[in-house]
Amino acid sequence: MSAATIVSLPDQSTARIPKMNFLTKENGLLSWLLTGDHKRIATLYLISISFFFFVGGSLAGLIRLELLTPQTSLMAADTYNKVFTMHGVIMVFLFLVPSVPATIGNFVIPMMVGARDLALPKINLLSWYLYIIAGFMVIYTMAAGGVDTGWTFTSPLSTHYLNTHVISTGLAIFVAGFSSIFTGLNFIVTIHKMRAPGMTWFRLPLFVWSNYAASILMVLGTPVLAITLVLVVLERTVHIGVFDPAYGGDPILFQHLFWFYSHPAVYIMILPGMGVISEVVSTFSRKRVFGYTAVAFSSVAIAVFGFFVWAHHMFIMGISNYAALVFSLLTMLVAVPSAIKIFNWAFTLYKGSITFETPMLYAFGFMGLFTIGGMTGVFLGATGTDIHLTETYFIVAHFHFVMVGGMLMAFLSGIHFWWPKWTGRMYPEKISQLAAIVTFIGFNFTFFPQFILGTLGMPRRYAAYPPEFQALNVFSTAGATILGVGYLLPILYLTWSLRYGAVAGNNPWQATGLEWQTQSPPLTENFPEIPIVDHEAYDYEWLERQQEKEVASVG
Amino acid sequence: MDHISPVLWQFLQKWLTHFALFPPEASKIAPQMDALYFFMVLVSLVGLTLVVLLIVGFSILYSKTRHPHAVQIEGSTILEATWTIIPLGLFLIMFVWGALLYFRIYTPPANAMNIYVVGKQWMWKVEHPGGQHEINALHVPTGRPVQLTIISQDVFHSFSIPAFRVKREAIPGRYTTVWFEATTPGTYHLFCTQYCGTNHSQMIGDVVVMNPDDFRKWLDSSTSGDSLAQDGERLFASLSCNACHNTRPDARGPSLANVYNSRLTLSTGETITADEAYLRQAILNPSQHITQGYAPIMPTYQGQVSEEGVIALVEYIKNLDSDYRVQQTLNTTDLVPESAGGKPVAGAKAPAAEKEVKP
Repeated sequence: MSAATIVSLPDQSTARIPKMNFLTKENGLLSWLLTGDHKRIATLYLISISFFFFVGGSLAGLIRLELLTPQTSLMAADTYNKVFTMHGVIMVFLFLVPSVPATIGNFVIPMMVGARDLALPKINLLSWYLYIIAGFMVIYTMAAGGVDTGWTFTSPLSTHYLNTHVISTGLAIFVAGFSSIFTGLNFIVTIHKMRAPGMTWFRLPLFVWSNYAASILMVLGTPVLAITLVLVVLERTVHIGVFDPAYGGDPILFQHLFWFYSHPAVYIMILPGMGVISEVVSTFSRKRVFGYTAVAFSSVAIAVFGFFVWAHHMFIMGISNYAALVFSLLTMLVAVPSAIKIFNWAFTLYKGSITFETPMLYAFGFMGLFTIGGMTGVFLGATGTDIHLTETYFIVAHFHFVMVGGMLMAFLSGIHFWWPKWTGRMYPEKISQLAAIVTFIGFNFTFFPQFILGTLGMPRRYAAYPPEFQALNVFSTAGATILGVGYLLPILYLTWSLRYGAVAGNNPWQATGLEWQTQSPPLTENFPEIPIVDHEAYDYEWLERQQEKEVASVG
Repeated sequence: MDHISPVLWQFLQKWLTHFALFPPEASKIAPQMDALYFFMVLVSLVGLTLVVLLIVGFSILYSKTRHPHAVQIEGSTILEATWTIIPLGLFLIMFVWGALLYFRIYTPPANAMNIYVVGKQWMWKVEHPGGQHEINALHVPTGRPVQLTIISQDVFHSFSIPAFRVKREAIPGRYTTVWFEATTPGTYHLFCTQYCGTNHSQMIGDVVVMNPDDFRKWLDSSTSGDSLAQDGERLFASLSCNACHNTRPDARGPSLANVYNSRLTLSTGETITADEAYLRQAILNPSQHITQGYAPIMPTYQGQVSEEGVIALVEYIKNLDSDYRVQQTLNTTDLVPESAGGKPVAGAKAPAAEKEVKP
């Protein structure tokens, strides 16, 4: 790894964090709880999703410990079922869906488009409160004894056969859904209406494009999930017959409705992460993203095609063979824009001037792991191989490669990338590079063996398994331990850096986004005056000219 | 090995002797599916290697120390078209190849031997046409196509035999089918792969593949005396189905002889094929399935016949090849009363069904 770096920090002996910024503007708990400032709401989100990530991660630790041995040794089967259900519910609805959009997106999108705030600040705050209400309902569910439907709430299991807390969990997800609808709505309005003068659609950073695509999915997809969960609750309470065949319902209908949201939901989760990677790869190779328009439109293509592939979750469920054919074909088509993105990022490096700070290392990790996650998705999208691989650990490994190897890597990349902007201080570089590498190694150890387990046929959601699968499970659990260390490190050193990190200055990465052209941490109003945009996104020559001008005027 | 702790040593030893990496191929479709699987692995490895080479190569060639000034490039239509079209082509190959396998696995051949499977929390009940009943086990012969007709009596389950590379969801309220032809005698895993509640991970069993001779011996030694169709015949009489479906000229219900696999015209004008799924629906939900020319007078048998009972009835109707057989049923004297409670209980099955064969 080369020692070269693009980090340019102000002289530490004289540099100070600006006295007036969004963090210091007002004090007291109420000033935070009643704030309309997108940056403060993003901060609230960051703290709350980190908490739920910690809870969900601990549950994952319990799952891996239980699977260390073939028998149910640590906990009983029904406890295990509750643990993996809570892990799934918390990670999907309380961490992955809001992770990049509601924290990083909330923080940077208004600045990226050159606005003072999101279009609807109060709705933004409401969205956080809804998230917190949903969070409390999930915590209540856990305290009251948990729920064991699996995060997929499959009816009639969820509506008829279980006596755990299905209703409170279902309603929690209903509420969390509105939180994400409001965030999506806010982004769409902001991106349409609040762009600074000169900020045309094709001058927007790709992070904005990908969040825009994800927002469309949130606004159009989430209501279907909300309706589905309400129907599940109604079927449980007043026995209307929608899904349960015992009441005259159709259980396949539940599958259709659930996956109509939950497949686009994976794009809600991954698209904003792809946006982070575009920003990071461009900044640390000092180059415009290769094929900007292709990357921008591939986000939109993923969002559009993403709505028409849901039945690939149902290939073995007795849908018509011809329906399976159509959905398989569409699934293959949606894989193409992802492949385009990977190659465009790789070629962004070509003839760049590359440095290897932590966000870039996480971005490299993303590209490798997402390639594996995407390719194994094709195994499952092809109808024939899906029959053997679906509902096994192959599925588990596949979506963890995409969601954890992809999205979580992107999230950590983004957190490190915008940390100086957010807090005004740098994180410690060496230890964070170490954390990125530990995460990558731990991740592969944890999830790669699960592909082999799945090929062997080990079903998912098993508390006990045949003994010949133990060796690979031990590998997986050992890897999870390493992964755990990889995730604990950032929590420690990022907290440390809040007080002891080097003062970052406005633009430590020499990045071109508008958010970097203002002070760190930014003013509550983001910019002293609304910027006028006269250059393309990722125009590093413009940035150099800008800096020369500044030196000239100061000198 | 003194310096390795004995516990660890034992553990390592166990690994080395008991370590699976790839499932056995025990059906005709398995090698075909594995061919596609390895093709996909190959494409993935090539793709991954390419991505890693690009990242590592460019990182070395264009690191800041070596290449201090970036050269701005807008993009390249030719390159971008290349990495759009090549992956698309490869994905389409996988799509077609996968679809061929899919249609093969889910389209049973006409000469397949049919075995019924009922999933319930948390066991698999298997019913052979000869009246052999199994729980959490499935005995099949080599060299003969076997079709499974699967249904769940409560929640979603999924019937998975990794060594055969086949799997099918067991859905409450409707039949699904899958077929395979076993090739290698042995005992293989049978899993429920759809999460179905507390003891999901206990809903496992063995698939025993036998030579045709051994299988015949097994069939003879495990039979409960009556075939599935005979069980169905008894139910047919005890439920008084023959009061209407009796082939007489003034019968209130259509004759059921040769009805299986025939084309029926319903009172709605719709034509359908009377397959197993249709027969089941017509018993449980008759008002939705009125044959043209008949009045909608048949009562529902929902809740009065267990899934096994329905299977026996369906099997009986499938074997009705002449009016004479129906008329014979009318004379059956050895009637077993259906339980009066309306709940599907063990009594709903013919008595033979209780003599289940444990693996």
